[in-house]
Amino acid sequence: MTDWIEIVALDEIPKLGARVIRTDMVDVAVFRTSDDQVFAVRDACPHKGGPLSQGIVHGTSVTCPLHNWKIDLASGEALGPDEGCTTVFSTRVENGKVFLALKADEAAA
Amino acid sequence: MKQKLVVIGNGMAGMRTVEELLKLEPDMYDITVFGNEPHPNYNRIMLSPVLAGDKQIDDIILNSLDWYRDNHITLRSGAEVVDIDRVGQKVHDSEGKEIAYDRLLIATGSRPFIIPVPGADKRGVIGFRDIADVDTMLSYAANHKNAVVIGGGLLGLEAANGLRTRGMNVTVVHLLDSLMERQLDKPASALLKATLEERGLSFMMQAQTAEIVGEDTVTGVRFADGSEVAADLVVMAVGIRPNITLAKDSGIHCERGIVVNDTMQTFDPKIYAVGECVQHRGDCYGLVAPLFEQAKVAANHLVQMGISRYEGSVTSTKLKVTGVDLFSAGDFNEGEGDETLVLQDPSQGVYKKLVIRDNKIKGAVLYGDTIDGTWYFTLLREGTDISAFRNTILFGQHDLGDAGHGDASASVMALPANAEICGCNGVCKGDIVDAIARKGLFTLEEVRSHTKASSSCGSCTGLVEGILAGTVGEGYDKAPSKKGMCGCTEHSHDEVIAAISKSGLKSMHAVREALDWKSPDGCASCRPALNYYLLAHWPGEYQDDAQSRFINERAHGNIQKDGTYSVVPRMFGGLCTADELRAIADVSDKYQVPEMKVTGGQRIDLFGVKKEDLPAMWRDLSEAGFVSGHAYGKAMRTVKTCAGKNWCRFGTQDSTGLGVQLEQLTWGSWMPHKFKLAVSGCPRNCAEATIKDFGVVCVDSGYELHVGGNGGIKVRVTDLLCKLDTEEEVLEYCAAFIQLYREEGHYLERTAPWVERVGLAHIKQQVLDDAETRKALRERFLFSQRFAQIDPWKARAQGEQAHEFTTLKIA
Repeated sequence: MTDWIEIVALDEIPKLGARVIRTDMVDVAVFRTSDDQVFAVRDACPHKGGPLSQGIVHGTSVTCPLHNWKIDLASGEALGPDEGCTTVFSTRVENGKVFLALKADEAAA
Repeated sequence: MKQKLVVIGNGMAGMRTVEELLKLEPDMYDITVFGNEPHPNYNRIMLSPVLAGDKQIDDIILNSLDWYRDNHITLRSGAEVVDIDRVGQKVHDSEGKEIAYDRLLIATGSRPFIIPVPGADKRGVIGFRDIADVDTMLSYAANHKNAVVIGGGLLGLEAANGLRTRGMNVTVVHLLDSLMERQLDKPASALLKATLEERGLSFMMQAQTAEIVGEDTVTGVRFADGSEVAADLVVMAVGIRPNITLAKDSGIHCERGIVVNDTMQTFDPKIYAVGECVQHRGDCYGLVAPLFEQAKVAANHLVQMGISRYEGSVTSTKLKVTGVDLFSAGDFNEGEGDETLVLQDPSQGVYKKLVIRDNKIKGAVLYGDTIDGTWYFTLLREGTDISAFRNTILFGQHDLGDAGHGDASASVMALPANAEICGCNGVCKGDIVDAIARKGLFTLEEVRSHTKASSSCGSCTGLVEGILAGTVGEGYDKAPSKKGMCGCTEHSHDEVIAAISKSGLKSMHAVREALDWKSPDGCASCRPALNYYLLAHWPGEYQDDAQSRFINERAHGNIQKDGTYSVVPRMFGGLCTADELRAIADVSDKYQVPEMKVTGGQRIDLFGVKKEDLPAMWRDLSEAGFVSGHAYGKAMRTVKTCAGKNWCRFGTQDSTGLGVQLEQLTWGSWMPHKFKLAVSGCPRNCAEATIKDFGVVCVDSGYELHVGGNGGIKVRVTDLLCKLDTEEEVLEYCAAFIQLYREEGHYLERTAPWVERVGLAHIKQQVLDDAETRKALRERFLFSQRFAQIDPWKARAQGEQAHEFTTLKIA
């Protein structure tokens, strides 16, 4: 069963930036683009696990701060000749609040 | 109302002039180009690979028909200009049309010299100049057996080799006793001839052509000594003559070529000339580099900028003739009083000779191993005294560890596949060769993105380029395809900086709009760069964009590989007190810091700090009197000092005190790249001031200022800037120097490459020569510091930018 969990107000995510949601199982990076689209991916680069939430965001992709891999936020796939993929999570924005879809066993109690 | 420019000639020199002109003033002229070939501008040098089958015509077109159309250039190919009316300022063409001009550019090139022997007009006798000649040669190769090439120079040998690969029996006829005598000395020529004979070419040396025999079509060539050789095709490659008939008939002064001055004007100031048809200071050029230089100068004057001069070219020739690497420069045939240094290994096909006079290189010939050609040419051009390394100069400039100079192909291709090429990313030669072959890579950028080699520090770039050249061969194009500062724009750093400072652009959005950025958000390269440029040029007005800062500068700590951060409190001049050390130790205990280390910058680093703990840690450090060490930023880093006069028996001045003053003046300032200072109390230089961006070496009578040094990847020793008498002056000059770097340096350009790019003379002129300029620079730096010298840690300890350091918990 998918839970939609309210995590943060949209305004609390900097434009072209991200916030990190820590659960017991996984860290999720929630991104906001310059036109207010919201994406969420596991906060780990497919390359060497770097924190994507700390990268520079452009368009709908982010550049990992460790070794400059570019990750497409919608698909979680690495761009260009690099190959790899990180997990994506579904999000929803309602009344200025961001909701994240986590499977029941991924959510912290 | 546009002016009219008529260009006679549609070749490489003429069209390069038009390209340069369009870059400067795209709307100044209505341009008409006359060309007598039915093709748009193509790369004539590449005709040899087309003949040999390595390339197609389409591959060598330089300006497509679309280019002419897109730039509104009227191309008249087929119609020839028959008359220039200089008084009426118009030309007449072969179709009877009259075209007026405000400026005329003659770029008629040259024609192959056909030896005036009987029979030279028979069918089957051609030059090797254009696409039509190549088509003729290909059709003969398909249907006929024997070819004779008259002329054993560069062009003749390329023609001969091409015809041989197409299956013909080829004999090369040469008047002198050694081939390519304009580029090679006798020993190198002999090696070349031997290699080409092994490939199946026949040679007749010291043979003077007397007659071309046959009926309407050629059947053979007869020589002055009566001997004869059968031939279905005769290619004349004995030289070129500038095409000056039209110019002469129009009353323009010509000698061997159309005579031009340093601004590429003929005696008629409204008529310019460039290229092979030209004679400048007595010289005519047949290599492309001088012609492109001429084109740039001509364009500059055609758009009435009037600031450029062509002063002739010193040329070196680097060739791959039929697969053999050759290089020559200067006077490579030694004269009376010259010395020669020769390295010869005939069985390996290597011959290197340097002609020396007064310990300076006068000329060089390299056969087979041309890696060091560029280096020797630089030494020749700069008149460098080689006595210090004379006994090893022939072995070359570096061992293989160094970054790109000259052509590294020969020796890098000899490396085994498991040789590590890129130390930063652990990429070996085999990986690179594989990637190039499997993925069809052609450029350095492609190799970088597919293999990561050369994409971090860049020291192995020369080796990677050597592997590319050696693996891809003819197809490898070393020239960078764009000068843009990143993939989002064609504009260079200098252009962007100028736009920001002179056009009053004060936001990233304004910059991207004014300069036609290709992506609305920029990218991870240009966002930090633009943020820096805007901050540097509009202090106090531009609002820093945290989301355009690399994470280290946004979080004010160095991110480590596991996502934790390192914290480096500032220790001014490397000094600390017992209380300060206790405070650091307490913080380390309180936050369970896994590891502490003393840094090269004379302070202490705390590793393994969790991001959420940073603000609290900073609060504790702040209360102990510390500010951020900016160890993470493209910023002023540290001022290293030595013990100095206060303690050391050799100290001439208070280096520690001065170091602290310098650090107090400069901390917090943002720069194009990290900036490190040091003050040594005497010439023993214990603070290593001479590898710093700004170093002070104290002497008994004052303070020596040294600039542009870098330790690290590519070590560079400082240049001496000047010597001063007082500490006040040191601080003043330091501020001025720093501000000049801040305003002129490209983002991510350390002071070392910046100093080499702009030249020490320029820096001296700005900082030393004119006291007013220096004071103004210093004022601008101090003004900028009002907004920059604020401790970021304290602010964040008090809650600023809290979102950066707080993770969210699930409700």
